[in-house]
Amino acid sequence: MGKTLKLDRRSFLKSSALAGGGLMLSFNWLTPAKAAASFEMAEDWNELTGYIKITSDNVIKILCPNPEFGQNVMTSLPMMVAEELDVKWDDVVVEMGPHDNVKLGPQFTGGSNSIRMYWRPLREAGAAARQMLRQAAADTWGAPVEEVTTSNGVLNHSSGKSAKYGEMAVKASSLTLPTGLKLKEQKDFKIVSKSKKNVEGEKIVTGKPLFGSDFKVDGMLIAMIQHPPAFGMKLKSFDAAQTKSMPGIKDVFSFKLFDDDFVQGGFDTRSFNEVIAIVGNTTWEVMNARKKLKASWEPAGDVTEVMSGRGGNRDVVVPGRLETSENQMELMAQKAQGPAQELRKDGDPETAFKNAKTIIERTYNAPFLAHNCMEPMNFFAHVEEDKALVVGPLQAPGWMEPTLSKVLNLPADKIEIRMTRMGGGFGRRAYCQYTHEAARISQKMKAPIKLLYTREDDMTYGIYRPMYTATYRAALDENKNLIAFHVKGGGIPESPIHANRFPAGAIDNYLAEAWEIPSNVTIGAFRAPRSNFNAAAEQSFLDEVAEAMGKDPIDFRLELLKRAKENPVGKNNDYDADRYAGVLELVRDKSGWGKDENKKYNRGVAAYFCHNSYAAHVVDMVYRDGAPYVEKVTSAMDCGIVINPESAKNMVEGAVVDGIGNAFYGSMTFKEGQPDHNNFNSYRLIRHSEAPKSIDVHFVKSENDPTGLGEPPFPPVFGAVANALYKTTGKRYYNQPFETSEQPTSL
Amino acid sequence: MAKYNLKVNGKMRSVDVDPTTPMLWVLRDHLNLVGTKYGCGIAMCGACTVHLNGMAMRSCQLPVSMVGTQEITTIEGLSEDASHPVQKAWLDHDVAQCGYCQSGQIMSAVALLKNNPNPSDEDIEATMSGNICRCGTYLRIKEAIKTAAKN
Ligand code: FES
Ligand code: FES
Repeated sequence: MGKTLKLDRRSFLKSSALAGGGLMLSFNWLTPAKAAASFEMAEDWNELTGYIKITSDNVIKILCPNPEFGQNVMTSLPMMVAEELDVKWDDVVVEMGPHDNVKLGPQFTGGSNSIRMYWRPLREAGAAARQMLRQAAADTWGAPVEEVTTSNGVLNHSSGKSAKYGEMAVKASSLTLPTGLKLKEQKDFKIVSKSKKNVEGEKIVTGKPLFGSDFKVDGMLIAMIQHPPAFGMKLKSFDAAQTKSMPGIKDVFSFKLFDDDFVQGGFDTRSFNEVIAIVGNTTWEVMNARKKLKASWEPAGDVTEVMSGRGGNRDVVVPGRLETSENQMELMAQKAQGPAQELRKDGDPETAFKNAKTIIERTYNAPFLAHNCMEPMNFFAHVEEDKALVVGPLQAPGWMEPTLSKVLNLPADKIEIRMTRMGGGFGRRAYCQYTHEAARISQKMKAPIKLLYTREDDMTYGIYRPMYTATYRAALDENKNLIAFHVKGGGIPESPIHANRFPAGAIDNYLAEAWEIPSNVTIGAFRAPRSNFNAAAEQSFLDEVAEAMGKDPIDFRLELLKRAKENPVGKNNDYDADRYAGVLELVRDKSGWGKDENKKYNRGVAAYFCHNSYAAHVVDMVYRDGAPYVEKVTSAMDCGIVINPESAKNMVEGAVVDGIGNAFYGSMTFKEGQPDHNNFNSYRLIRHSEAPKSIDVHFVKSENDPTGLGEPPFPPVFGAVANALYKTTGKRYYNQPFETSEQPTSL
Repeated sequence: MAKYNLKVNGKMRSVDVDPTTPMLWVLRDHLNLVGTKYGCGIAMCGACTVHLNGMAMRSCQLPVSMVGTQEITTIEGLSEDASHPVQKAWLDHDVAQCGYCQSGQIMSAVALLKNNPNPSDEDIEATMSGNICRCGTYLRIKEAIKTAAKN
């Protein structure tokens, strides 16, 4: 996501007295690791590091720093703490931590970074707390600390003395934080790498309030937003008389999200700055009253916005043109012919292409995509004179807070942010226009409010995956050797190209170029940003090149990787050739690649590296009811040490299903700036019957530090599907979504 | 506005709402039963699935005025402690990712198993295709339904 976060581990681990905080209504933020365990909310939490709290009667609570959107961090992150703390997993209760970047680190869920970023700090927190408990016991028993051992939450001494952690918690919490502790070796792990069930599983299957949209307080009002119907339009005027007279309606007003002199940061993306709020008592009343709103809109024209950036503030002109997808395609095709920015050049690609015997050139296109999180955007806000509480689903509280502070004109420490479980994120909830909208509305209403987007709002008021295109060229000499590779890619409004990724480094003559076309359609991160396009394009192109060279697609990639390892071209190659090859070899073996018994399948393979993990898939396709269908997928992953194997598998399965769905159906198009699709009747998502019958997930055994899985398995699915489609239909598919003859499922 | 006496999860509940109000919002806004989710409002996603006299129903399409004396069951009515066999199977297979769709999935699955205690893969796919899972947990859902069928 283009942003590196600096970690200060010392400040992660501050030992401090617990500040009391009550529970909020029916929302129960605590979750026992073991299903069905119940306990009373204890009062005497003793804090041992920012992440661990223990009561005198031995309730052990671990705070999860990062918001949860389904990647299971609420389980896997506390597992790392528990490992070093040396407690029984079933004795642990987990709580979503408050927003506190000093105590709990960056607290950012995205970029497949949670596991990677917290791997050390969380184990250190566990080890530090264990050491403090040992010290407290040693002091109490008058024994040297080296002689105090621990086992599953119990402190022991050879004299026969023993105490539960809780008994030493008060004393331990007053000790200074130890540092320089040795962490466990992988072979000694008792919790990490053992599958643990989702700590919120029981709440999910019993329908407990967990999500932002479930949150409520007494006296809370419901708000909705009416936004301009098309990108490039703005509010001209509105007449709310009828709406206001509808039952249950409290107020209707327009407001500006950001003040005119606002300097935008990278994650302050918002689709429209002025919108209309409709506020009332209940959801249905607001939905109904909204239908009576009479608003007129007008073209916004070109708008200049001030963006902050590394080199200082700069003006960015957002063009006013009302975009239509066919025109967008034409515009991209034209721009693709023009000059572009050179991102990387190795050797002499121009000459190599001139001397080539054969040149293969293919262009790939992909549309905008809507995130379509299952839970539409929503947020609770209660803004008072001198403080504010905001509660809801967001991936990056730390990025949202400074903006909210400006929007509300309140110091950041007067704003309390609580992160709820998210009904999906996929990058969408890193952009918090809805939080600021909720806050503005609450401030105006002087009341607690919950803002809800309808599905239509959510889909037509999005921060979409950009529209991309890329032209790949490969030069072969008379012996069918690959002598040059060229990729030139662009998009609306950004280029997808990662210039230093594979196959850069494996080919002597290499050129990567980029261009972009500004747009008023708001875009942002979408599960493996840019990679989700590149892997589709590049991996189907490599398939075609391998075929032209008369090589097996896996062998061909392995040869390139061998070259990249033994004699790399250039210096900045963004991948580890061994690990890349490792997933290809694993998927080859596990899928029985080339084996006779798999002849019944039309097989496609693809591999990719992004967000620090490696992924490869073999997709097995058949004809079903006259249309290509992915029946089976074999996946190989290298994400270092696997923290929670069963949930890691679940993540990969989900990414495979998501990839197949988006490859076949994902598309957002526009007419005169207006999104063509606004609900699931016209925006097609993959359903049960379209999911594969089996997804066989394998992990490379590894001692490398763990990396994430939310994104890496997703991008290569597109490429593997495209390659399997070729085997199935005899046709290459260059444009997403891949339109096959199949009719949409009718329900 | 009109008064309705509704039988929800075995208890009589009364609400005073507009007759067109979908049960989804009656449950969520008025009865504090928020396990039933909003996903699309047009019967396309299944997140709002409840039972009406034991039959799976999209509560976003069910106006309160149509309910009458029919019995509503929501996810909260299956069991408080996840002891219902379908809930248990969901936990066994650790189905959920984000979890938002899962109460609707479970309600559809319970209704399916009631009508068809031994569903084939095709039966499961056909019935469950009305429930979208954006996180893509379909395989686990299928396995969980098969496990629940066994128990
Ligand atoms: S909310 Fe009722 S089916 Fe989607
Ligand atoms: S678990 Fe997230 S939508 Fe199904």
